[in-house]
Amino acid sequence: MSDTPLLKVRDLSKFYGSRIGCQNVSFELWPGEVLAIVGESGSGKTTLLNCLATRLAPSAGSVEYRMRDGQFRDLYRLSEAERRFLMRTDWGFVHQNPADGLRMTVSAGANVGERLMAIGDRHYGNIRATATDWLGRVEIASDRIDDQPRAFSGGMRQRLQIARNLVTNPRLVFMDEPTGGLDVSVQARLLDLLRGLVSDLGLAAIVVTHDLAVARLLSHRMMVMKDGHIVETGLTDRVLDDPQAPYTQLLVSSILQV
Amino acid sequence: MPTPLVVSDVAKSFTMHLRDGIRLPVVANVSFSIKAGECAVLGGPSGAGKSSILKMVYGNYAVDHGQIIVPYGDRLVDLATADPRTVLGVRRDMIGYVSQFLRTVPRVSALDVVAEPLVARGIDRTEARDKAAALLGGLNLPERLWSLPPATFSGGEQQRVNIARGFITDHPILLLDEPTASLDAKNREVVVSMIRGKKAAGIAMLGIFHDEDVREAVADRIIDVTAFAVQSEAA
Repeated sequence: MSDTPLLKVRDLSKFYGSRIGCQNVSFELWPGEVLAIVGESGSGKTTLLNCLATRLAPSAGSVEYRMRDGQFRDLYRLSEAERRFLMRTDWGFVHQNPADGLRMTVSAGANVGERLMAIGDRHYGNIRATATDWLGRVEIASDRIDDQPRAFSGGMRQRLQIARNLVTNPRLVFMDEPTGGLDVSVQARLLDLLRGLVSDLGLAAIVVTHDLAVARLLSHRMMVMKDGHIVETGLTDRVLDDPQAPYTQLLVSSILQV
Repeated sequence: MPTPLVVSDVAKSFTMHLRDGIRLPVVANVSFSIKAGECAVLGGPSGAGKSSILKMVYGNYAVDHGQIIVPYGDRLVDLATADPRTVLGVRRDMIGYVSQFLRTVPRVSALDVVAEPLVARGIDRTEARDKAAALLGGLNLPERLWSLPPATFSGGEQQRVNIARGFITDHPILLLDEPTASLDAKNREVVVSMIRGKKAAGIAMLGIFHDEDVREAVADRIIDVTAFAVQSEAA
């Protein structure tokens, strides 16, 4: 881990009219660090994620990102072209519903290859070889490369979405309930895969989840949100094993034991 | 690094917000230090706060008051107030921990569970696995289990995986939370000799051992946790 943060967030707020989406959120994220944002539905965690990932304009506050040249840039002062380039190359965004992050009517290989072409790769053979390699890394058999994701199961679609996001070697990946709609055995496989990829590639990631087990497995650090505010933050195992805030204690004590 | 761990004036309580904010004091005025090559054992009955002390030293429990000082790089870090990144760094490089129960991860083999702390420190995976295999072999874990995820292992088998994982690195500080609780006599003996090996290597150890024989065999000193009991503050 380097000594300079990758992302600096200051007093970020988003209001929907008079309703609070999220308010006064400040934190820093370092390279290689996985941050989980947890909380129940409506707590503002997805609003926060979207504000960070420039998918939703915040009402106040700033988000600064350290570009590959080492300079911090305010994300909301980037030109549209710069912002799009960042999202295509340096960032990934994994949606809860794979259909939101994939193109369902082009082949699996093209879904992965498209991101490579967007950063200027033009050699068909190279693109196909890289796509095949990535499908293998997310455990999709190479004979499925020409199939459309429409023909894939939910778990396969989610793995394909992850491959599409990681193929450009991003430095920061946003994930919104990445295991949301999957049944448990499929979830376990995906989580294990994500855990391995994140640590092998040294990715920084911000993962929104309502599932504390997902946070425990994937993240180094956690922020707990309630009603748009951060109520507790800290090392993941500390927050889960010795929760301080009343709301965190409620969340942790509500987990069903298997 | 003659005294790698210094705990001074540490206090811990739990506030149960779901039970009308009732406050349960655990320990107060906890002060001790551990020298390199020394094995100190936390003594006292169940509920005295032995595990809580161990967990505070590992950064797993929050600390209400006091300092836990560990050298890290060229500076001293106070784990009671350190930020999460620093705590993770200290765990990677300074403090090893053998917990009572293994938290298993789906699909990761026993061998990789054990090798992981070395891989996290940048050691080549093959080399880390070789060392993991040697440790598991030494602890008499049948080789046919090494490639399986430990979720379905027996208590004693899981504990041996846990011990191997804690002992694989040369962390200057090693925390042991009842590492021999579910082991048979033969494997307890193996663990005792592993602890002696760590002592000889200058590792500072802090442990909880309910087994008297093991405690006698490894403890240089007993830290009586009942001395840190919180006097009734109501009165």
